[in-house]
This record gives sequence, C-alpha cells and structure tokens, in this order.
Amino acid sequence: MSLSPEQVRQVAHLARLQLNPEQVEPYARQLTDILGMVDRLSAADTAGVSPMAHPLDMVQRLRPDVISEADRRDDYQAIAPETQDGLYLVPKVIE
Amino acid sequence: MHKLSIAELAAGLREKRFSSRELTQAYLKRIDSFDGAINSYVTVTAERALKQADAADARIAAGDAGLLTGIPLGQKDIFCTTGVRTACGSQMLDKFIAPYDATIVEKLDAAGMVMLGKLNMDEFAMGSSNETSFYGPVSNPWDKTRVPGGSSGGSVAAVAAGLCPVATATDTGGSIRQPAALTNLTGIKPTYGRVSRYGMIAFASSLDQAGVVARSAEDAAQVLQAMSGFDAKDSTSVERPVDDLVSGLGQSIKGLTIGLPKEYFADGMAPGVRARVEEAIATLTRLGVNFREISLPNSPLSVPTYYVVAPAEASSNLARFDGVRYGHRAEGAKSLEELYKRSRGEGFGAEVQRRIMIGTYVLSHGYYDAYYLQAQKVRRLIYDDFKRAFADGIDLILGPTATDVAFKFGQNSDDPVAMYLNDIYTIAANLAGIPAMSLPCGFVDGLPTGFQLMGNFFSEARMLNVAHQYQQATDFHTQWPTEYAS
Repeated sequence: MSLSPEQVRQVAHLARLQLNPEQVEPYARQLTDILGMVDRLSAADTAGVSPMAHPLDMVQRLRPDVISEADRRDDYQAIAPETQDGLYLVPKVIE
Repeated sequence: MHKLSIAELAAGLREKRFSSRELTQAYLKRIDSFDGAINSYVTVTAERALKQADAADARIAAGDAGLLTGIPLGQKDIFCTTGVRTACGSQMLDKFIAPYDATIVEKLDAAGMVMLGKLNMDEFAMGSSNETSFYGPVSNPWDKTRVPGGSSGGSVAAVAAGLCPVATATDTGGSIRQPAALTNLTGIKPTYGRVSRYGMIAFASSLDQAGVVARSAEDAAQVLQAMSGFDAKDSTSVERPVDDLVSGLGQSIKGLTIGLPKEYFADGMAPGVRARVEEAIATLTRLGVNFREISLPNSPLSVPTYYVVAPAEASSNLARFDGVRYGHRAEGAKSLEELYKRSRGEGFGAEVQRRIMIGTYVLSHGYYDAYYLQAQKVRRLIYDDFKRAFADGIDLILGPTATDVAFKFGQNSDDPVAMYLNDIYTIAANLAGIPAMSLPCGFVDGLPTGFQLMGNFFSEARMLNVAHQYQQATDFHTQWPTEYAS
C-alpha cells in the first residue's frame, strides 16, 4: 500500500491538519514506509479471533447520577484563547 | 547528597542531618549548574518546591511523616499540575496552565514529596529519542552526543545526572523502559489500570500507563507504591487493593521460573547487548532462578500492531485540540475549519502529525477492517501468547529492553520506521497490558544497557523482588556518569 501526495492531502483534510506544501512529499514517503511495515499484519491468520480493544476484561463502571464537580467555568475559560461573556469565540460559522 | 537512595535520604531527614529545604536547595543548585547542557527540565518550580519542602519539614518535626515526605522528585510534563505549565513537549500546549492536578500528582504531593519541576519529553510522548520535543532534545548524561531514549527522556536524564532522586514517567510502547535502559536506570511500567491516568495527557488510552524511573528497584518500588491505587476519576482504573511492593523485596528468588522467549533472542540485538543480557541470566541462575526457553510466536507482529492501534487512538485523542477551548490558536483564521486546520498544523510537530494521519487513515472508511480490526485481532493473539506462557508455570519473562545502546542524535530522525523498531522488545507488554520493567545489566563501550522483566497482571511485587535481589548481587545500577558523580 502506498500513499500518494493527493491521498496525504485528503487524510490531512480529514484530520483537520493544514500541511505546508513542502511537507506533503516527505509525508507521503514516510507514511508509505509505515504502512508498508504495518502490512505484515495482513498475513496473520486471525480467523475466529475476537478483536481486543482493551487489555482488561472489565465493563464500564457506573456511578450514581449526582453532581460531583463544582462549577469552574471561569478557571477553564481563563486558559481559552478567546472568550466573551462566558462563551468561547470562533470565527463566524453562519453567514 | 545527590547519590543517596530514597531510604538514605529519608533517614537523613528523620535524623535531622539535613532538612527537606536544604535537600531541595541542593537539587535546585545542581539543576542550575548542570541542566543547561542536558535540557531535562522544561520548567523548574523552585518556589513551589521550597514551599512543599517547608511543609514537609514541619510534618517531619511533628512526627507526621511517611517515607517519601520531604523527598524531591521530577514530574514528567505529561501530568497536569495546577497553576504550572503542562506542555507535554508540544507547542500546542506551550501556554497551557493546567487548571487541575493529575491524580498521581495529588498522591505524591499528599505523600509529602517535593516537585522540583516538569521534565522534558517527546511531543505528546511520541518518540524514542526525545528529539521530537518542542523544547529541544535532551542529552544523555552518559554521552551528550547521544539521545537519552524516549519518550521519557527528560525523566531519565534528570535522574541519571542526579538532578532529582526519582522521576515519574509514562509508557505507551516502551517510553519508561527503553530510556531507562539507555541511561543505566531502573524503570517500571505497572499493569494497565494500576496507576490512575486522570490528568495524564492521553496519547493511546488503551496502552498508556504511568510509572517510575529510579536508580534502584527499591527506590522505584517505594514511589510506585504511593502512585498506585484505584481512582474513580479514571474509568479504566482497577478496583483492587494495592500489593505491598516494598516489604517483600528481601525475599529469596530461589526456585522461580523465568521464561526466555526465543523470539527475543533471535537476530536484532547488538552483540554487546546480548552479552550483557546473557551475563544477567547467569547471575540470576546463581541466585537460584530456573530458566526455560519459551515461545511468544506472535511477538514479531507487535510493532506493526502497535503502529495501527496507537496512532488510531492518538488521532482520536488529539482531536480535542481545536484552537478553541485551550492550546494553540492560529491567528486571523477566516472560518472555523481554517481555525482548526491552521491551529493543528502550527501546533503539532511532524511526528505527531504523521501519527495523526496514520491513525486517521487506518480508521477511515474502506480501511478500517483491513487495518484497525485486523490489528485488534493480532493484539489478542499477542495477549494469548503471554497468557499461555504464564499458565504454563512461567513466573516472569526476561529479554532485552533495547536492541542497542543509546544512538547519536539525528541517526534515525528521517526514518520513522527505523525509529519505531527501537521499541521492538517493549511494545508487547503494552498491547497485553502486563507489567514490565527495565534494569541495568552493564556497559558496552562505556554506554549503559539494560534487560527487561515482564510479568503476569499485577505481579509488580514479584518483579521488583527479582530486580532488587539482582541489584544486591550486582553493582551496575550504582555506576554514575563521571561528570555527574561528584
């Protein structure tokens, strides 16, 4: 499996990454190398093997539905790049 | 003072030979003198440290102190620390002042430990050489032209140069063990779920685990003991009492059976490293350990499995960095999409971008089954290999930690696959979730090397016992790089 520069641009778009044009070629080469190494997996016989998402056999723990956190909006907004009136600011979304 | 063990430091504090303030000042002075050339600390928190030291001295005077009270440590900069920048080696978080403490920070603070500062690391813990840090590479105190390993490069370099007695670290694919091996330290990654991940910036959530790097198994056991335990704030934390890791260190290890996976001793290890690992096996044999060859037939698939699973989880975890709520924000973006793309394009370095793209690719429509699902199935096969070995009467598994001694800066930086193969012996333990550690076993041309122990789930106490007994019979771990010895 090899990745073309065009595919790299597409994946970068999906990942919301702006790449410099000069990065695209080296990334295509390096990602192709990595996928080449990863391709060894396709030879493994995994018929009947259940996928393992997690090392521990555990179920999601539940907790009582009670408030456990204090309101710390000001603390959390203090580290945001841009806020106003308790809201996070982003560029205009709706024209 | 900087060569004393934790137990010796604790005794010194108890017997009033020095105060925690004096001890802390001595370490701050060493950081000031030596770290310019090593770059192990990204933030030194002198004021916070002296305040903690004074509080520790008060506790000691009041007779309300534990073993760790007043002992300094360094925290890997992946753990959130209230009011202190937590940058995770990334420009993305260069201005991020954490609004809360990681659970392990809380626990070690509560034990009375004194945080000297935050330690350098590969960006988002992605790397095996500490060359991907936004804050620059860390030098190996044993040879400053060489890497300290990664991603916990700052943690090991600081401990190896005596700039803190012990440090926290994290291990997603070998990030505690490989750097420990390259700097003559003892590093342990406990069982997945043993130490809380709350407040530890996520890389690959099903693999990430916090641990310790120290100058001996005894020091490591004492700090790991204080870090371990159930935490309701981490949904994968294990609800199970913590074993006593310290009091059993002196037990005899006679009659234990350690497995030697033949796949780990095939080609790939440098001859010098092989010789040192074989000497370690001979030493343990003299201590009464029985060795048996075993097979972990799927272990050659560990690296490819990891480089699907870890980037997939990373691409998902790192989606949170959007330039909106915290972290780097690009200037002057005209649309929301442009804001996301440019903030992430500017904020993440090349290795992080590569892994995000690999992860995005293997999770994308049409490739998910071939890559991600297949990798999860192979992960099960790797896990089953270990399960079989432990069910077959194997108490622990021994192998090399790294293929070679520390390499030179730049040697692997343009070839990601060559860099990834550094973790060939360490990744399987993360995929299976089992505990593993590395400890020093001698030198090759003056550079340290280590061997690895892996154990069944929650066998940290047994592993540390074997490591401690080995360290009673050897003195490799007591060697210092000349420049930092006195």
